[in-house]
Amino acid sequence: MYKRPFFWIVLAVIAAFVLVPGISGDVGLRESLLLGAVYIVLASNLNLMIGYTGYVNFGNIAFFGLGGYIGMYLVTALHWSVWLASAVAGASVSLFALLLGLGILRLRGAYFALATIGINEAVKAAVSNFSPFGGASGMYLSFSSFAPLGGPRHALWIIYFAIVVLMGASLLLSLAIKNSKFGLGLFAIREDEDAAIVLGVRAPWYKSAIFALSAFLPAMVGTLYFFKNGVILPEQAFDLTLSIEAIVMLMLGGQGTIFGAAFGAFVYEQFRGFLLVSPLFSQFQLVVAGILLLAIVLFLPGGFMGWVYRKLPRLRKVLE
Amino acid sequence: MYDLVASLASGVLVGAIYGLAAIGLSLIFGVMKVINLTHGAMIALGMFALYFFVSVLGFNPYVSLLPIVAGGFVVGVMVYWIAVNRVIGSSDLMSLLATFAMNMIIIGVGTALWTTSPYNVDFSLPGISWHGYTIPGTQIVAAALAIVIAGLLYVFLYHTRTGKAVRAVASNRQAAELMGIPTRRILAIAFGLGIAVAGAAGALIATLFPFTILSGGSYELKSFVVTVLGGLGNPAGALAGGILLGLIEGGVAPFVDVSWTPVIEFSLFVLILIAFPAGLFRIGKNH
Amino acid sequence: MLRMSAMAVTLTCAVLLAAPFAQAKTLTIGFTTSETGKLNADSKPQLLGFELWRDQVNTAGGIKVGSKHYKVALKYYDDQSSAGRVQQLYSRLILQDNADFLFSPYSSGLTATAAVVSEQFGKIMITTGAAEGKTYRLGNKHLFQLYTPADKYLKSALDVIKAKSPKAKIALIYSNDGFSSAVAKGALANAKRMGLHVVFDESYASDTTDFGPIINKIVASGANVLIGGGHYADGSTLARQLHDKKVNLHFISLLVAPDIPKFANLGEAALGVTVPSQWEHSVGYKPDFGVAPSAFTKAFEAKYGNQPGYHAAGGYAAGLVLQHAIEKAGSIKTAAVTKALNGMNAMTFYGRVHFATGAGDHGLQIGHDMVLAQWQKGANNKLVSQVVWPASAQTAPILYPLKTFAH
Repeated sequence: MYKRPFFWIVLAVIAAFVLVPGISGDVGLRESLLLGAVYIVLASNLNLMIGYTGYVNFGNIAFFGLGGYIGMYLVTALHWSVWLASAVAGASVSLFALLLGLGILRLRGAYFALATIGINEAVKAAVSNFSPFGGASGMYLSFSSFAPLGGPRHALWIIYFAIVVLMGASLLLSLAIKNSKFGLGLFAIREDEDAAIVLGVRAPWYKSAIFALSAFLPAMVGTLYFFKNGVILPEQAFDLTLSIEAIVMLMLGGQGTIFGAAFGAFVYEQFRGFLLVSPLFSQFQLVVAGILLLAIVLFLPGGFMGWVYRKLPRLRKVLE
Repeated sequence: MYDLVASLASGVLVGAIYGLAAIGLSLIFGVMKVINLTHGAMIALGMFALYFFVSVLGFNPYVSLLPIVAGGFVVGVMVYWIAVNRVIGSSDLMSLLATFAMNMIIIGVGTALWTTSPYNVDFSLPGISWHGYTIPGTQIVAAALAIVIAGLLYVFLYHTRTGKAVRAVASNRQAAELMGIPTRRILAIAFGLGIAVAGAAGALIATLFPFTILSGGSYELKSFVVTVLGGLGNPAGALAGGILLGLIEGGVAPFVDVSWTPVIEFSLFVLILIAFPAGLFRIGKNH
Repeated sequence: MLRMSAMAVTLTCAVLLAAPFAQAKTLTIGFTTSETGKLNADSKPQLLGFELWRDQVNTAGGIKVGSKHYKVALKYYDDQSSAGRVQQLYSRLILQDNADFLFSPYSSGLTATAAVVSEQFGKIMITTGAAEGKTYRLGNKHLFQLYTPADKYLKSALDVIKAKSPKAKIALIYSNDGFSSAVAKGALANAKRMGLHVVFDESYASDTTDFGPIINKIVASGANVLIGGGHYADGSTLARQLHDKKVNLHFISLLVAPDIPKFANLGEAALGVTVPSQWEHSVGYKPDFGVAPSAFTKAFEAKYGNQPGYHAAGGYAAGLVLQHAIEKAGSIKTAAVTKALNGMNAMTFYGRVHFATGAGDHGLQIGHDMVLAQWQKGANNKLVSQVVWPASAQTAPILYPLKTFAH
């Protein structure tokens, strides 16, 4: 894998995410990059389902939210360290996705997409009623929970670096799968599932595996993200809009491409953030974002990477 | 016992409106395979349209349905030509994005115009009371009108030339094109019809409950559930699916905490989707 | 009145004296507000309250700190009613916009998220529009709450029931969100302590649009008073449907929703509904500093053309309390102002303001009392909101029991 130029690009991006705010100590920049990194994790793991396998997962945010909930529960109620909590959250949400996948991955196309919306809403409603998770009032983190990481100021930096590491892991995971036999099987499913089965791809197993895998890192990031926020509430954790936004990011960048997913996520985050703080647009930020999105969808349907590949076909080997 | 009967009765009435709302979504999906994410926003616009006609112009709410349906059709056709037409035929996701973008624009403008505070159309009709339980007259009329509108749509689709063309495009666009049907125009008409029905559903809901610009969101979610119960892309099944959803909501309420209703509703939705992907109702299904 | 004009004169003199010498210094107060999304309707009046305070302070020459005067500048961003960007925006307010002090966003959830940032940078944040008490039990040192905490919200409603019909069968139904369930939990405990009889206690999903099923359950339970609710959209729907479905109740008290003037659009359905309120324009508090309730109301109406509710008053009060603490501290340093806030126990137009100072509950509001307002028929049958409880703040006698429906 390290022979591929894109591997080194990923490392360079991680280095930039760590070094630029790290050296300058610019907290404002860090906060903006942090959200970008979270979105990159969401979009690139979603890419494994949509871009690689051809299954549109509308409820992708459920993994993130559930991961956040499990992690926050382990930290606040059982006083685990946030790192262990995050890993356990990742593993248990993956397991949940695996079991779920065996059921809903029998569905195809729009039916699968709608089922994932149903799951997100069902999980959200169930968590709102689940008292160990604080029910509707959620869970609040005591400030003393930041103490093991050296107090809030220090802790937020550490969490940021950890999220950047998970972002890197997401990109490398995408790259590794893309260049594996497993990935080839997924692409075959995407192009023609029935033909793939005939050719000997064990489609149900492949699909469940990628579904579970695509849940792992978002769930881990969920724990870290809500730990940083200091509070988790059902409507924050299972926000369907964020799910749809993750799809938007993926489409903007170009589905199926790793760089595209990351680039789309990052640009979308920066763009929305810019509109929010821009004195000119903040009043109409929703409208402006909508119009621009529509323009991109209508006139650049392949996303950013589709356009790049068309203009510079040679980049296909570099920016995967 | 009385409470169960009362709950089921109001469930059926509310369900008819859920059904009407879902018909719009289902029709558009059935004809052009587009999951229309402006659906909720359009329902909300229907609500505000009713507010405008009744509270500002002083119309009767039920008479207002006529201009609202007409206006909804025009808006729908416009949205089709602006946002949907170019992405028809490319990947499914593109239409999703296009309608999501339109949704952002509508909600953004709506928030600027009306804020997100609730509006209310103060209107009531004498209802039926029974052992302490009352069903308001507005609810009975709204359910009846929902069924009438659904019936008219059915007549249109099955007994008019244009309606038949819409169904032909739905079942095979290429073949329809070869037969000389102007498919793009038919798609625009179908999209307009879907929005018109969603707007009418919004208007009927506005006669019952207060609403905000964001209220359409919950009905959009419910429409997804209903569409699946009735069979994706099968408008006639949607009405039955809506009534079934209303019955479920009414039927479980006496036995569990109502905050669990969404859990039951959405779990059932997923289970039915897995077990009966073609929906529970096959009325009027043409293949 | 005398005190006010005296203050105005003093301020004017101070300005005239200081003006030629002092440079225009500004004090920046940062916050996020919900210009879009579901909290927009609640958040907007709070913003108007902040702005009215800023304009009044600046017209009067600014905040006086020792011999210097500071003009107030508000810097805010749209949080879209979602916690996603709250921390990013608050960090930006502190680092890029150099905010000296912070106000909270609207809602307990967003405030809890913002509080992490205020604590991290050690910036004082006056919270308003955020009643949930949990946030103050987490070890914060720089948060100061203006709202009466959620668990006391329905206390006045229960007092009414206790006084009017102690044997009433109470239905407690509430939205399944953080704030409303905290309110309900507090109310349930209070009812138990007061020996009241809660026959039905249930929550509904916060995005419920049809209350038919839950209303049928209320009827089945035989309850004759109803307390609870949630926010604007669900509260107004609930009130409307209770009326449409002709439920016979002696008393209805709903959170938040009946406090907006627009609630009167429900017509008959609004009549008699009560709302626990942080503040009503008709209260008769005699402030130790700042405007009197009537002066605030008049100024607000003159500027915005509608009557202020408690969200607006809370916004204005946040500014006023901060201003008073700064002036008292004679400094804009965090430590000095924190000390002044910790020591504050004073009457304002908004009611008493007193913050807890214990390690386990620092910043929690313990001085402020709520009133109960009720929609009643006024002159020419127009609905007006009257303060009906407690007796000391009353502007009209309470309507109890409500008119019953014939079936």
